[in-house]
Amino acid sequence: MAISMSMPESGSREFEREERTLPSNLRRDQPLVPVDSVAGRALMAVIAILTFLAALSAGAAVLAARASEQWRSAVADEMTIQIRPDSRRDIEADIARAVAMAQGVAGIESVRAVPRAESDKLLEPWLGAGLDLVELPVPRLIVLKLRPGNGPDLATFGATLRREVPSAILDDHRLWVRRLSTMASTIVLSGAAVVLLVLAAAALAVAFATRGAMAGSRDSVEVLHLVGADDAFIAREFQSRFIRLGLRGGAVGGFAAIIVIALLGWLSSRWSAAPEAEQLQAMFGAFEIGWSGYVAVILVAMVVAAISGLVSRFTVRHYLRVLAWGAA
Amino acid sequence: MGPEVLKDISFSIEPRSFQYLTGPSGAGKTTLMRLILMALQPTRGLVNLFGQDVSRLDAATLTAFRRRMGVVFQDFRLLDHLTLYENVALPLRVLGKEEASYRAEVVELLRWVGLGERMHAVPPVLSGGEKQRAAIARALIGRPELLLADEPTGNVDPGLGRRLLRLFMELQALGTAVVIATHDLGLMELYDAPRLVLADGHLHVDA
Ligand SMILES: Nc1ncnc2c1ncn2[C@@H]1O[C@H](COP(=O)(O)OP(=O)(O)OP(=O)(O)O)[C@@H](O)[C@H]1O
Ligand SMILES: [Mg+2]
Repeated sequence: MAISMSMPESGSREFEREERTLPSNLRRDQPLVPVDSVAGRALMAVIAILTFLAALSAGAAVLAARASEQWRSAVADEMTIQIRPDSRRDIEADIARAVAMAQGVAGIESVRAVPRAESDKLLEPWLGAGLDLVELPVPRLIVLKLRPGNGPDLATFGATLRREVPSAILDDHRLWVRRLSTMASTIVLSGAAVVLLVLAAAALAVAFATRGAMAGSRDSVEVLHLVGADDAFIAREFQSRFIRLGLRGGAVGGFAAIIVIALLGWLSSRWSAAPEAEQLQAMFGAFEIGWSGYVAVILVAMVVAAISGLVSRFTVRHYLRVLAWGAA
Repeated sequence: MGPEVLKDISFSIEPRSFQYLTGPSGAGKTTLMRLILMALQPTRGLVNLFGQDVSRLDAATLTAFRRRMGVVFQDFRLLDHLTLYENVALPLRVLGKEEASYRAEVVELLRWVGLGERMHAVPPVLSGGEKQRAAIARALIGRPELLLADEPTGNVDPGLGRRLLRLFMELQALGTAVVIATHDLGLMELYDAPRLVLADGHLHVDA
């Protein structure tokens, strides 16, 4: 026996005609759970602002890290001896004595006394050219280049130098470098801490917004459950919305941060044409976070978006389990 | 905890059967239906559905069982932000079906219940009777094995009530067990079927 499911000729033609007269787009692709667009925009703004702040602090951390690297490589292997002028002493003899002593220290690679003309030139920007400095008690410098690796015993050297040449002071740049690096690492660590705090804040904001949206759509969720929707289906309806909000917020915040950083870089490069800027440059390096900085900014924005997605997913699943029995 | 609304109730619904569930207002008809629907957990007692104790169902089976049932809620419970067409198509949409595969079927059913002209309207602008018919269409569209209808003719005129009753009878002929909760004596006289009568928390069957 065969059961025929086919319709009679006339019936199928009638069916086709009916199909043609149907409006082609009956479904408006409405989300199945009502959308609160005001709350959605507010959440997006919060995510964008948080991303912006996190991206800026990540950028600042990268800037500080790069600047401290620049100081370290520039001055870590250098020291100076400063010989203060003393009317009762022969400064040239003191220089010669200090140079001879420095040359005797094991960890010092080379010693160079800065000639008078050169040290005068260093003062020119402050005192102006054409001034006769012979009469002024200008200190003189001896530059010591250190061997890489473990340095000389500077404490002993400093003490002997002071004893033999009372007008000499040993300037250990490395102390400065150490202080500056501590400062730089503090900035880097605070930047990282701010990024973590902002990520936590973003996660909380998304969790509360998701909970709020689900509590507001509790009736819709119950109806969906009762007409046979499973948790995965309902979760997708909520999640996709929050993932989109997270992505958009992250993109807007990250983009704004990149614009601001690029703008600051441009302003500082124009400004550094002025001579005063050189000191700032020495401190912060060129205001350029480089490609690694931009990567950090983009990474932060992506992490914020990913966290929004994950948190809303987790919150939705958790809440749906609570509602599974239609706890109304 | 309030008083026990339903106690010492024991009955079963056979496949392909047709019965009324009746009793005075507040007797617990809606509550009983919610128990069957697994929208409510009994404080004590046992609900067996399709041969299984529902208190021990996992989420996947729960969903599978609900897909085998159709419900008409007394208060309709249509989604207000969706059109009637979308509301009626909901049980098919949540199965993940392509819209093109059920469009004609949904439109046909909407026409059958007299809502062909109103399928693009949203529930808040409809009359009670129109919403009721949409709720019935939503319950029928998935061809359930068990249909629970709570006062399905409470908001329509007697003529339309008869027409809807005939729809339920046709559904039963196609293999669905039908339970209609009602206190409309006129409706129950139109088609004779066993009556499950709820009173004072107890249930007895008038065959
Ligand atoms: N969630 C609830 N919590 C506590 N009591 C409830 C709850 N839902 C219903 N009740 C009570 O249970 C009783 C039965 O309610 P139910 O809605 O089942 O009555 P019904 O038979 O459907 O009445 P009607 O014919 O008016 O629809 C009522 O007294 C009601 O107040
Ligand atoms: Mg009721």
